[in-house]
Amino acid sequence: MGKHKTPMLDELESGPWPSFVSDIKQQAEKGKHILKEAPDDLLGVLEISYEDKVTHWKHGGIVGVFGYGGGIIGRYCDQPQQFPGVAHFHTVRVNQPSSKYYTTKFLRELCELWDRHGSGLTNMHGSTGDIVFLGTTTDHLEPLFYDLTHELNQDLGGSGSNLRTPECCLGKSRCEFACYDSQEACHQMTNAYQEELHRPAFPYKFKFKFDACPNGCVASIARSDMSVIGTWRDDIRINQEAVKAYAGGELKPNAGAHSSRDWGKFDIYAEVINLCPTNCMCWDGSKLEINNAECVRCMHCLNVMPRALRIGEDRGASILFGAKAPILEGAQMSTLTVPFMKMEPPFDELKELVEKVWDWWSEEGKNRERLGELIQRKSMQEFLRVIELEPDPRMVDEPRSNPYIFWKEKEVEGGWTRDIEIYRTKHPR
Amino acid sequence: MPYDPSNPLQDRITDIGPRYFREFFPPVIEKNFGKWEYHEILEPGVLVHVAEGGDEVYTVRVGGCRLMSIEHIREICEIADKYCDGYLRFTTRNNIEFLVSDKSKVKPLIDDLNSRKFDAGSFKFPIGGTGSGITNIVHTQGWAHCHTPAIDASGVVKAVMDGLFEEFGSMNMPAPVRVSLACCLNMCGAVHCSDVAILGIHRKPPMIDAEWIDKLCELPLAIAACPTAAIKPAKSPGGLKSLEVNGERCMFCGNCYTMCAAMPLADEVGSGIAILVGGKLSNRISKPKFSKVVIPFIPNEPPRWPSTVAAVKNIIDVYAKDARKYERLGDWAERIGWERFFEKTQIPFTHHLIDDYRFAYTTWRQSTQFKF
Repeated sequence: MGKHKTPMLDELESGPWPSFVSDIKQQAEKGKHILKEAPDDLLGVLEISYEDKVTHWKHGGIVGVFGYGGGIIGRYCDQPQQFPGVAHFHTVRVNQPSSKYYTTKFLRELCELWDRHGSGLTNMHGSTGDIVFLGTTTDHLEPLFYDLTHELNQDLGGSGSNLRTPECCLGKSRCEFACYDSQEACHQMTNAYQEELHRPAFPYKFKFKFDACPNGCVASIARSDMSVIGTWRDDIRINQEAVKAYAGGELKPNAGAHSSRDWGKFDIYAEVINLCPTNCMCWDGSKLEINNAECVRCMHCLNVMPRALRIGEDRGASILFGAKAPILEGAQMSTLTVPFMKMEPPFDELKELVEKVWDWWSEEGKNRERLGELIQRKSMQEFLRVIELEPDPRMVDEPRSNPYIFWKEKEVEGGWTRDIEIYRTKHPR
Repeated sequence: MPYDPSNPLQDRITDIGPRYFREFFPPVIEKNFGKWEYHEILEPGVLVHVAEGGDEVYTVRVGGCRLMSIEHIREICEIADKYCDGYLRFTTRNNIEFLVSDKSKVKPLIDDLNSRKFDAGSFKFPIGGTGSGITNIVHTQGWAHCHTPAIDASGVVKAVMDGLFEEFGSMNMPAPVRVSLACCLNMCGAVHCSDVAILGIHRKPPMIDAEWIDKLCELPLAIAACPTAAIKPAKSPGGLKSLEVNGERCMFCGNCYTMCAAMPLADEVGSGIAILVGGKLSNRISKPKFSKVVIPFIPNEPPRWPSTVAAVKNIIDVYAKDARKYERLGDWAERIGWERFFEKTQIPFTHHLIDDYRFAYTTWRQSTQFKF
């Protein structure tokens, strides 16, 4: 029996899906966390939100560790007398290792650290990818940071108007579709920009995300200001014997992803050839041909027949800019800007590119204006001039349909300065 | 040296970044880095990846709660120590992956995971979330820890995942179905490109804490925060500097409240859920696309949000029966036409669903091609 009666939350203990309520109760009962009352009081305040249908958390104040402007989010409860254990309940973002592999040794060290300094509750993981320590008081922040850096050799993540904690897919560590080392890129870019990550100096947040192929497992195209998405520019490698085995039903199509339902016999025409978005594939019953020049690398055929088709060998990434959630001007996806860039450590070309982008955005961006909104306000053309890229039809779905071209004076022969009197010699009023 | 509160900057270490990820690779992952040849989903939640040299790694994927206690993390560690030589990973969608290189350990691992339940009965480690199924919901903080939400997050997710539980543990869908939840329009967990998005929205303009607002906020920032210019300077009844909101122009984004704590807009009946569908972010077959609003509002119904659960299940059920193999929810809706989508799902089409924000015209139909 917990400290507070929580009849509504208790209803979330039934049903098969793991119950966070049961988990918080387990921490309250068995946990050795220093902020003893926190899990019980969190359930208590959540229960009154369930009654009131409105949150009981207030705006965060300015809290943090010396020298950093991000990584800690202040949080206060609006019912501190009733729930003293969560009166001050700040969040600590800990920068996760690339693609979230862990040893149990490291996880246990994190748990011990959090036992000493907080509520015993976490998010594994936060939306941006951080390990989130959920709930502690201001006096614990400095000791926690000291122990985190000294004992665990581990730093905080980002928050506020700075570079947010970068995130990546698992890439080459366990995926045959990885076109570059997304984990290494994420790690090196994170470490190269520690200043930008810890000390907010941008107009608003900025996110990098690294997807190693166009399947996009970390959703970079939807939620990062700079999306780095793996691709290749030579030919898909074909194992003709394996294609035959798929066509003949000996290999499970789509790596078995549809196996709970009977979709009938695999039909290579209906399921691969005819679904190709550019119709660049041909199968004559014994040989698969791909017109690679027409391929847009959508990944469908590779996903369906992973043992027969493999990514090309001249690999790199496409770089897209400007994705964001709806606040404020509406949601945006990233726009293809650099069709192909080789992606090898130390990723100097990528760094050079993003630094140009940041210089422009820092100069021109309004308070709380994301890069994607700035590009819209100032124009894609202006963006390309700043990052010194030539326009390319790959950057648009179609050319503009309105003729309102903002010609530059220098583009027009003779410039814009004319003499009305000379004009009038031929065209009297 | 332990931390010395009298000298907090002594021996300070900063800007060291995260730990190097390769420290945490299981040996089979380290050995075969960049050499994976293909993979196969052996059964829902269980994958094998095969490397060029023939090495195999088996992955058992289980659902997790994003809001997780360290007691639970320690139990995860205990399992990983027992079967996985002390290695594991988390996925982007709050799942946990146990990796083993020895096939004989897979079955005992699965049995062990299936046997573990919380005292009140829910599974601790449900296996699934692979292939053309419904994987875990990515979500935000909600009432558990955030100041701007319109809805709870963890509770809605628990209720919806209970409703979709069988689909998590199977691969019955025509294509992957990604369900996401954001508890307000800020979308700290972006949901705008999900097959099914559960989004917290407000419907009442902010209140003005008139006698306090000038003390608590920078008034020009709050005015500038409004995308529709609905906020203007005013005087409080007591004669203090204050603000006034033109409710007719308010689009309930909450951006003003983010800037100014004296303009709360969450409300018992005003706040609730909108459902968006048909987004995707992979480039597979069709291009990535945004989710579209199909249900403008469902009231908050704690603790189990039955109307929301039913609405999500209905959409997914109709899609699963009607769509072709490989067709994502949005591709299906586009093929049959949105008029058919509303007919088949029996969701009423109301004026709320016609865009009237920026670029609205791009979503209206300029064609005589439609279906009766």
